[in-house]
Parts: sequence; structure tokens; C-alpha cells
Amino acid sequence: MSVRYETVIGLEVHAQLLTESKIFCGCSTKFGLPPNSQTCPVCTGMPGSLPVLNEKALLFTIKTGLAMNCGIAPFSRFARKNYFYPDLPKGYQISQYELPVCERGHVEINTGEGFLTRRIGITRIHLEEDAGKNIHEGAGPYSFVDLNRAGTPLMEIVSEPDLRSPKEASAYMRKLRAILRYIGVCDGNMEQGSLRCDANISIRPEGSTKLGTKVELKNMNSFKFVEKALEYEIKRQTSAVKNGEAIIQETRLWDTSTGKTHAMRSKEEAHDYRYFPEPDLVPFMPAREWVEEIKAGIPELPDARRVRFIAAHGLSEYDAEMLTSERALADWFEESVKLGAQPKAASNWIMGELMRLLNEDGISIEESPLAPAGLVELLKLMDSGTISGKIAKTVFDGMYRSKKSADQIIKEQGLVQISGADELGAVIDQIIAANPGETGRFRAGEEKLFGFFVGQAMKATRGKGNPAMINELLRKKLAGN
Amino acid sequence: MELFELGIEGIKALLDKKEVTPHEVLDAFFARINAVEGKVSAYVTQTREKAYEMAASAEKAGNSGIKTLSGIPFAIKDNLCTKGIKTTCSSKMLENFIAPYESTVTERLSGAGGVFLGKTNLDEFAMGSSTENSAFFTTKNPWDLQRIPGGSSGGSAAAVAAGECAAALGSDTGGSIRQPAALCGVVGLKPTYGRVSRYGLVAFASSLDQIGPITKTVRDAAMVLNAIAGRDPMDSTSAPLPVPDFTKAAGMDVKGLRVGIPREYFIEGMDPEVEKAVKGAVAQLEAMGAIPVEVSLPHTGYAVAAYYILATSEASSNLARYDGVKYGFRAAGKDLLDTYMQTRAQGFGPEVKRRIMLGTYALSAGYYEAYYGRAQQVRTLIKRDFEEAFRVADIIATPTSPTAAFKIGEKSADPLQMYLSDIFTISINLAGLPGISIPCGFTGTGLPIGLQLIGRHFDEEMLIRAAYAYEQSTEWHKRRPALPSDNGADKGEGPKAL
Ligand SMILES: [Zn+2]
Repeated sequence: MSVRYETVIGLEVHAQLLTESKIFCGCSTKFGLPPNSQTCPVCTGMPGSLPVLNEKALLFTIKTGLAMNCGIAPFSRFARKNYFYPDLPKGYQISQYELPVCERGHVEINTGEGFLTRRIGITRIHLEEDAGKNIHEGAGPYSFVDLNRAGTPLMEIVSEPDLRSPKEASAYMRKLRAILRYIGVCDGNMEQGSLRCDANISIRPEGSTKLGTKVELKNMNSFKFVEKALEYEIKRQTSAVKNGEAIIQETRLWDTSTGKTHAMRSKEEAHDYRYFPEPDLVPFMPAREWVEEIKAGIPELPDARRVRFIAAHGLSEYDAEMLTSERALADWFEESVKLGAQPKAASNWIMGELMRLLNEDGISIEESPLAPAGLVELLKLMDSGTISGKIAKTVFDGMYRSKKSADQIIKEQGLVQISGADELGAVIDQIIAANPGETGRFRAGEEKLFGFFVGQAMKATRGKGNPAMINELLRKKLAGN
Repeated sequence: MELFELGIEGIKALLDKKEVTPHEVLDAFFARINAVEGKVSAYVTQTREKAYEMAASAEKAGNSGIKTLSGIPFAIKDNLCTKGIKTTCSSKMLENFIAPYESTVTERLSGAGGVFLGKTNLDEFAMGSSTENSAFFTTKNPWDLQRIPGGSSGGSAAAVAAGECAAALGSDTGGSIRQPAALCGVVGLKPTYGRVSRYGLVAFASSLDQIGPITKTVRDAAMVLNAIAGRDPMDSTSAPLPVPDFTKAAGMDVKGLRVGIPREYFIEGMDPEVEKAVKGAVAQLEAMGAIPVEVSLPHTGYAVAAYYILATSEASSNLARYDGVKYGFRAAGKDLLDTYMQTRAQGFGPEVKRRIMLGTYALSAGYYEAYYGRAQQVRTLIKRDFEEAFRVADIIATPTSPTAAFKIGEKSADPLQMYLSDIFTISINLAGLPGISIPCGFTGTGLPIGLQLIGRHFDEEMLIRAAYAYEQSTEWHKRRPALPSDNGADKGEGPKAL
């Protein structure tokens, strides 16, 4: 009988904080600007310069800790992580070591099995500074260093080894991203690197409680790559173990082009970072009142909102999950309901037409040219019978593209539903007269031909005919001769 | 007395009475520098042009309001960043480094009207007790040119003693203001850690470094401290405390003041002349109404060891930035690692390398607890020792240095012997306390001896009060070294005879 293996995964997630200025100086955190234009003596590591903590960065970290059910340390301090690299101007990174800002929290993730949730522990969340960027460009013998990013505030969120599959790892990442975006501390952009992820992964025989030798995976810059890299690594480790090979504790890089991981450095080559308390910054003791104030400022988070959407708006688990995955999307939905939309209808339109159009344009809900009031107007026109559901899709598209009101589009394109019995009656009389063969067969009992007549009527009215009215008149006229 | 022999107070009086102009003051000091600098070698960089510009604007601004030091010529230790002027730290690594910004202390000092004559020599990156570790040259003790001036602020102390400036700024990590002040027969004040902003002080050991004045009198030191002390938003470790007028403490009597004499500081084997002078100073304080009390600082014996672990650990990290990438010296290597290694091998001197290696070792995985962790515990115990002592004493008196100035080369081959010259000053940095060194006598061969007074946290007023009272009851501070002039014409260059 072959042994089955269980996967154990823990993630270290780095999130760039959305502060205006850097963590230890007044320089801007904007990116895409000319190299080294956003620097000063502090973030370039000039002799004699000193760091001063940006309180906003600490606030964001505490906020994140609270949103992820962490304890906020009453006493916390920075530490120096020492290593040489050209993009690290001081020769050390100001980070945290033995006394992080937040400890012992958790988030709930969706396991994908009937909306069961699982609790994933968070070991710690700490605050640190980002490094600059080395640039290897041009034909010359030089590399370049851009320190614009040096000193950008970063949060490191370390999970417990609670994740059991690549799917769970990506669900966990998505949940972190949703929370970070909900509370407005990080934009969560993995492609641009404002959300980064390293994974520790090991396997062990099912039922074993001892952890296997772990491998650290780096360079996975999308949810998809997190899953793929972990899947690859599970296969690699499992086949190694089955072949009687030992797993080596090492750091491996995910290579998107080959779809494989390869060894970067072994445990023996690992840095000795020589951490010690940062003497240039005083330890901090966040006042309890301040922490309470921050807590009060946390908006309703995705889990709570999902549950409420199901209870208050009668949405399905799936719809509620999708709508609450982004704060702006959930806000858009709630705004439309507040303005009078029937929740289920609003949900269908948002997740159907609106999302389709946004995806086509590659833009986010925040950038949507259509506001909730527009959808509500459209839904009302449908309810009142002014337009049919089919026409509504055309109108919705028009509203999205032109930013005109539904009314305006309907008028301009003459899309008002034809519900007059006389007008429709005349159209139907013409159809019956023009199709004597089909009429005869229908009257002889070929019931399925009814659809043909409906189609003809809709065609003749260019889709504007009131479907219910057409039905009724057709029945009457086909039967009543 | 010559103009260059005066301190801040004396020059200020003449300027106030308009008997001299700031320009004339500068003429006198540069003439003195011309006359003796060749022998003393106090300055790494002289900033004559800049000095005359500063003097001109001081003259225009007058000496009202905050311009308490208007027209006073200062020397600045060359590890304090000065915008547009080289800041070398007496290291090959920063030989041509020009800081793009100004340190808080020099900004405050020039804001008060101070004029800068130049930047003074130090042991490379402030690591040493003699200036022999300067990458450029050794400064000579004005009292005996065969001897070291002390260190690391040896250039500043020698410049003050030799009349090459009215006063100077130094920095003190383990005694670097007080020990050279003692060895050069001048006043050196190390304020409480956090009293003066460190922004712009090139870091040696961040949790121990503190900037302070080196002056000819105690009142001068109080005047400089007035100008540079106080919270700075650019330095998180600067204390958000109000700054009193320290000069007011100069003039209060010492009746009933309890002067603690630590048993552990008067040990056998101590230089008898130093012991005699310091005990004489305590007796003098007692004669003025102070009450000597014996105190104990039981962990004194561990201070040097703890200091050399903590200071070198921090230094190993603080000096990592000198990697040849962004500024300063770079040796071209064949690849990145080689560039790092060549740059640091060629850019740093032997003492700096020794301390970087010591500190790197102490912080290494597996050794951290045994060294750094243990040293931090010792530091806590030393702090407690002082807290206990200050229950029964208002101030503590000790020698500043176990010996008077030693000969150039005498200890440079033996780093341990050199480290022990800071044995009485190091604990004060570990505890973060304020300390002052004032002249309290001379050896038979005419070398100055210093008395160290130690105060409670942020109680520099008590230091100034006791130091001033003692100083005024003696004549030590009035002696000047007999320095033969280089050109034999130090009067011919224009200094005004008064
Ligand atoms: Zn900056």
C-alpha cells in the first residue's frame, strides 16, 4: 500500500502600505518617477542621517492586525537586519524581530467545498522598510541603483503552517488581499509588486504530526503562479521522497517561463542577518485609546458583509461571496439597493452585464462609467413595462458606453416597448396573412409552431413588442378565427 | 591676555562693548592658527572664507535675541555633517565626502551666531583615545607636543587648549569629549543621552553617541549647551524635555551638595598624581560646603567589556553603509563582492576594522546571547548602580582618565591598554548620564589632570553648578600651554594685545 502525503504550507506576505510618504523620511512613495528623484539623506543612507517613524505606517499595521484578529503588542520595537546589497543603502534593513507590532491572529478562508470556512492562523505582522531597485540596463559595464522605492513602508504578514493545498494558499492570499483593500492600507497589486508572497512548503505522511523539511519558494507574482509553483513543488517533493531522496532545506525560485522551481541557495548559504534592536528609534507603546480609535475606524469586513448580504438581501452564498470580494463592488451593490433596486435583480445585472463590460475594458468597479443610479433607473423602466428585458441589455450597454441616461437612449433609439393592442394586433394579422401554411398547420394541432409566430412578431417589432401582449394576441388570433 | 586666549564669555564681552568686531576676532584666531597649527595639527579642514562670511552676517545680525554666540569662533569635530564642507571622519573612506545637509547642532550653533573656523581631527570614525587612529595625522597635545591630546575629539580639545578657537564641538561615545578635555586641560561636557540631537553626527555607536561642548570655562560650556540642546524632530531619541538656561546654574553654591565618591574608581595602581589631584578637588568642594559620601558602583569592573561589545556591535552595522556604492571611497573590484571587500579593506584603518570584526562576531547567530545579550544585561546593572548611588549623592566625582596624556606611540601597539584609558568615562555612556571634565591640577611634568563629575539624567544643571563653583575657586583653568609659535611672530600677524 502506498503512503499518502499531506502538504503543509505557510505564507509570508509582503504588503506595501498606501502611505503618502516613506516610513522613515518625508519622501513621496509615488512610483514611476525618474530614478532617485524621490530621495533624501535619510533614505539614501547618508552618514549621520536618522530615521523618524511615519506614524501612519504604524497605524496601518495596527489596523491590519485588528482586521486580522491579532493582538496588538503593548511594547514593540524595530530591529536591524544586516546584509550587503547595492539596493540597501544603509547596509541594513530596518525591520522588526523579536517584538513585532501584531501577533497571534487569524483569517477565515473559503475552502471551496460548499462554502465551508477554515481558520488560518497568523503568527505575526510586522513593519519594515522596502529596499531600492538594482537596474541592469545598457551595454556599459555598470549596473544602476534607483532608491525611489527605498524606505517605502512594508508590512510582513506571516501565517502559521495551516494551509494544506495550493488552492487554500491562493484562497488565503485572496482573503488577505480583500481585507487589505477593504481597510485601505494596500492596493493589493501583485503584478506591480505591492503585494508579494513567499511560501514555506513541506510534505509529510498523512497522519504524521511532525513537520517535514521545508523549502522556501520565492518569486510568485500572481495568484495563479502561487498555485502553480506550489503544485509543482508538491510533485517534486513527493516524487523525491518516494524515490528515497531527502528533501534539502533551501530557497527555490519559481520560473514562470519553465513552470518549474529551481534552487537559489541552500541553508548553509543562508545569510546571518545579525538582528539587533534598532538604537536610532525608540520602542513604541501604542496607547490603548489609540488602538480603540483605530478599531472603531475599521469598516465592515468581507466575511461579515457576506453573511449580512445573505441574511438581509436574500442573496445566494455564491453571489454574496462574489459581491463582497471587493469593497467597492459591495458598495456599488448596496448603493443600488438603497436607491430602490430589487437585490437579486441588481446582483444579476452587476455580476452579469456590468462585470462583463468592466472586464472587456480592463477597468475596476471604481472606474465604472455607470453609477448605481443608472441601473436602478433601468430596472424601474423594466418593471413599468417601458422596455423588455432584451431591450434593457441594449440600453444598459448604451448607458455604459455613452454615459447617457436610460430614458435618453430609449428615446434616441426609439426603443420604447410596443404594448398597444391595436398596433400589435395589426402586426399579428399581417403575419398570419403572410404565413398561411404555418397558420394551417398550427391550427391543425402543430403546437410547437407557436414559437415561430412569436419570433416573427418580435422581428417585425424589432424586439420592442411587449412579449406578454404578443403572446396573448397570438393565442387569441390564431385560435379565434 | 591675547584675544585668542579668551573663551566665549571673554570675547562676547569685548564684542558687546564693541571693542572688537567679529572680523577682528577672526583675524586674531586665524593668526593664531597660522602660528601654531603646524605644531598642533588640530584641523583637518580650515574654512576661512566661510568663516569670514559667517562673521559678516553675524556682524549684520548683531547679538540680540537668540544670537547669544554672535561672532564667536568655533571648531567643529569632523564627524559632524556640514553642508558644502568636507566631513571626513578622519577616514580615507570619507576623505572627499561633502555632506548635502547640515547637522542639527551646527545649524543651531550658526543660528545662534557662531562662526566656524574649520573641522577638527579625530580618531577615525571616533574610534580611539588619542587621534592616532586618524587616517591623516596625529594631533599633538599643546602642553607637550610629544604627547597625544586624547581622543577621539582630540582635534577639538587641542584647538581649544592651543587658542586655535574660542570653543569647539566634540562627540562622546565612551569618553571622547571628557578624556581629551582632561588631557588638554580644558572643559568637556557630555550631556545626557537624548539632550542634544544626533542628527548629522556620523554614527559610531548610536545608543551611546552624544554631542557636547569643549570649552575654556564651565560657563562657556553652559552657553554652548543652551544653544544646541533640545528636542529635534529629526532625531527620535532626542528627549522632548524643556531646556533650562544652563548658565543660571553657574554661580549657585555647593553648600550641602552630596558628592559621591565611588569606591571602585579609586583602586590600587592608579596614577598617584591623578589620585592626589582628584582627592584634592573633592576636599576643595568639601571646604566650600559640599558633603563627600562614599558610594558603590559594583558593576564597574564589567563596564569596559560590555562597552566594547555594545559599541562595536552597533558600529559594525552603522559602518556597513560605506560600501563604495553611493558615496565616499570606492576601490574597483572585479565584481560586486570584490568591490565591497576591496573598498572596505582599503578605505578603513586597522582600528575600525578591528571593531567591525568584533561587533560582527558579537552579533553572529549562536553568539548573540552570550555577547550582545549579556552586555545589555550588564548595561542595565550599571544603570541601576548609578540609580542606587544617586539616592545618597547629588553628584559623583571621579578622575576623568587614569593617567595624564601619554606619549605618541606609547599605547598604539596595545589596543587593550588603549581601551583602558576610557575606564572612568565608559560607564557614564552606558548609563546615558551627563558628565563633565574640568581641570583639577597638573602633574609634576606640567600635564593637565581632569576631574570628572557625573550627574543624574537630564540634570546638567547640577553638573554645571558644582563644576563652576569648583572652577571659580581654583586657578587651573587660567593656565595656558606655552606653545612656541611657528613663525615666532604670533603677535605680528595682528592679534590684538589686550
Ligand atoms: Zn527620503
